[in-house]
Amino acid sequence: MPEFFHRKIERSAIGFVLAIIAAASVGGIVEIAPLFTIDETVEEAPDMRVYTPLELAGRNIYVREGCYACHSQMIRTLRDEVERYGPYSLAVESKYDRPMLWGSKRTGPDLARVGGKYSDAWHVAHLINPRDVVPESNMPAYAFLARTALRTDDLSDHLRAQRRLGVPYTDEMIGNAAADAYGQAAPDSDFAAGVSERYGEATEVSAFDGVASRLTEMDALVAYLQVLGRLTSAAYENTAAPQEAPNPDN
Amino acid sequence: MVAKLTTSERQSAAVILLLVALAGIAMAAAGRNEAMGVHGLIVILFAGALLYPVLSAFYAPEPTEDRQASYYDDPIKVGIALAMGWAIFGMFMGVWVAAQLAWPNLHFDGAWSTFGRLRPTHTTGVIFGFGGNALIATSFHVVQRTSRARLAGQVSPWFVLFGYNLFCVLAVTGYILGVTQSKEYAEPEWYADLWLVVVWVTYFLLYIATIARRKEPHIYVANWYFMAFILVVAILHIVNNLALPISWGSAKSYTIWPGVQDAMVQWWYGHNAVAFFLTAGFLGMLYYYLPIRAGRPIFSYRLSILSFWGITFFYMWAGSHHLHYTALPHWVQTLGMTFSVMLLVPSWASAGNALLTLNGAWHKVRDDATLRFMMAAAVFYGISTFEGSFLAIRPVNALSHYTDWTVGHVHAGALGWVALISFGSIYTLVPALWKRERMYSPALIEWHFWLAIAGTLIYIFAMWNSGILQGLMWRTYTEEGTLAYSFLDSLVAMYPYYIARTIGGAMFLLGTAIGCYNIWMTIRLVPATVPEEADLPVKDAVVAGE
Repeated sequence: MPEFFHRKIERSAIGFVLAIIAAASVGGIVEIAPLFTIDETVEEAPDMRVYTPLELAGRNIYVREGCYACHSQMIRTLRDEVERYGPYSLAVESKYDRPMLWGSKRTGPDLARVGGKYSDAWHVAHLINPRDVVPESNMPAYAFLARTALRTDDLSDHLRAQRRLGVPYTDEMIGNAAADAYGQAAPDSDFAAGVSERYGEATEVSAFDGVASRLTEMDALVAYLQVLGRLTSAAYENTAAPQEAPNPDN
Repeated sequence: MVAKLTTSERQSAAVILLLVALAGIAMAAAGRNEAMGVHGLIVILFAGALLYPVLSAFYAPEPTEDRQASYYDDPIKVGIALAMGWAIFGMFMGVWVAAQLAWPNLHFDGAWSTFGRLRPTHTTGVIFGFGGNALIATSFHVVQRTSRARLAGQVSPWFVLFGYNLFCVLAVTGYILGVTQSKEYAEPEWYADLWLVVVWVTYFLLYIATIARRKEPHIYVANWYFMAFILVVAILHIVNNLALPISWGSAKSYTIWPGVQDAMVQWWYGHNAVAFFLTAGFLGMLYYYLPIRAGRPIFSYRLSILSFWGITFFYMWAGSHHLHYTALPHWVQTLGMTFSVMLLVPSWASAGNALLTLNGAWHKVRDDATLRFMMAAAVFYGISTFEGSFLAIRPVNALSHYTDWTVGHVHAGALGWVALISFGSIYTLVPALWKRERMYSPALIEWHFWLAIAGTLIYIFAMWNSGILQGLMWRTYTEEGTLAYSFLDSLVAMYPYYIARTIGGAMFLLGTAIGCYNIWMTIRLVPATVPEEADLPVKDAVVAGE
């Protein structure tokens, strides 16, 4: 009987096309649609802040360079991962991430909580030539980041596009995007105060690449690496985490 | 080839190319200070390079023969050539990035040549460049022969083929320029994605219109798979790539999917790119070229039905096994694991159906390396689908995920299954298409076969070793209850395997180069022949009573 039925549908091109669409649609609909309707999917984190323009620019450099090919940003709920990298990752921690950068391969270590683990100077030296600080490393050298000026004229466009997708950037944040990017990497400048005002006192303002007078891609990438895992402390609450959140002041 | 088009077809080809060139000019102007401007220039050059032969034969005499009386094979020939070209490119990039992991200074301090930018040129080069062109070419061949009807268009097959290759060129050059969404296997940015939608819809319409012309009442099983490939890849591509560009002049866009939902959509896409690009389409090849070459009918029609609908339905649930123990809700992970295990049934039904088809033809497998390519492909398909179901089980995944075991698994499928079935099909197809009595050198096909098998085995054994070792080192505890190894210890342990993997990949590449040479010499030197049976479509009049 099923064979008889099949002999009928395989005589109709349109029927076959519709049958394929029907069979192939079910799985995706059942697994994806509820992720938007079930409230527990993404936890509440009232202290969660958005990326500053400089951090977002750094994230986009991370995206551009394809860092996800070797570094995950997703600590699994396994004992050895929690002990090696810190509390397991929560969904809320990537709720402003487009795209998510959970990754699928660890040629290098997980970076979900790398923020605050190393100094800015370590990151800069490591990115310029990883083998200077980790002789056994097989990571490419990213010295060109320190030589490349960061593009800031389109940062407002970036924030505006993010807001249209639901990230809560204010008009003020969008209007001051370029100035805030400059200020976050120039602690002694007049623009630095605006960053703390708009993104919170805990936001790290620093001459990330060691040179305050010039805003480079290195500044942006290091600013991003230093905020990884520190947009919210939700992961450290009620999750039996063995560690405390890194102190943002060090 | 342009001379075989009528004047009005030449006009439409020229108009399409002019429109593409205009789009290129618009991109170059809007993105003049950015990577998008470079892409605009590439589009203009691409359209211009195709416009030249169209215009130079524009006033050639019109074709006089009855075109409906023959199959349309010119786009297939070009598709095979493009597939082999992309194979060399993609596999070379693979060997290069593999070598970079063992010798990291092989990017020569360039920004464009770092692992992160070159790795997607390898994956796109082999999956979409080599695999995609092989699929388009063989699907054009299979649909005509099994429907006994000519392709339902003169210009549209060329549009599909060259349009698709333009997408691949934009993708690969984009990564080198730093244009990427960093969505694995969906890296190209929004304008390339939109272009692919146009090309793909044309592909679907062309395919379905050709099937509608068929002179056989039933649609042959290979076409089920090609149809599933075309349709579902369209759905996956559109949903996963929904994005908002920051401006019309910028290559940068943000996906509409945030965080955890993005992860689910991405791996729903990613795993089904494996299912419907790298499996369904190539099963279409298997179901046509294997029985042809073996001279045996498919073993079981019922198994074909079971495996086709099993694959089409189950695979779409399986993507979430890429996200075990992550922040994705547990119930979705469990669903993904369950369906991944169930997938073994239709997968082995296909592999078994293929191998049982060879019963009565095993002496041919022994003597004919081309058929042996397809036999080995079916075996690797069976092995890698078993491994896939196994790795999707949550506790196994705890060990294997994030390690080279995944990479080894992918290559067992990509080298052992996808590439071997493609080479077997291409070696069957080339003499038939160019009307040659045989391939130039059977000995070189043997060389290619054994280099490919040895390269694949070296590669996957290296990655099994490195992956399991890495996974075990990460979770080993000392007697005091502390982690025994630093991450760096596990990296240092990987170096010998990274070197072995590079050697395996280089052997596979060498085999492909030998294949290219053999195909080239077949076309140039092997004498033409007249096939014993006429390879022609059925005339309308013959079946007018149907």
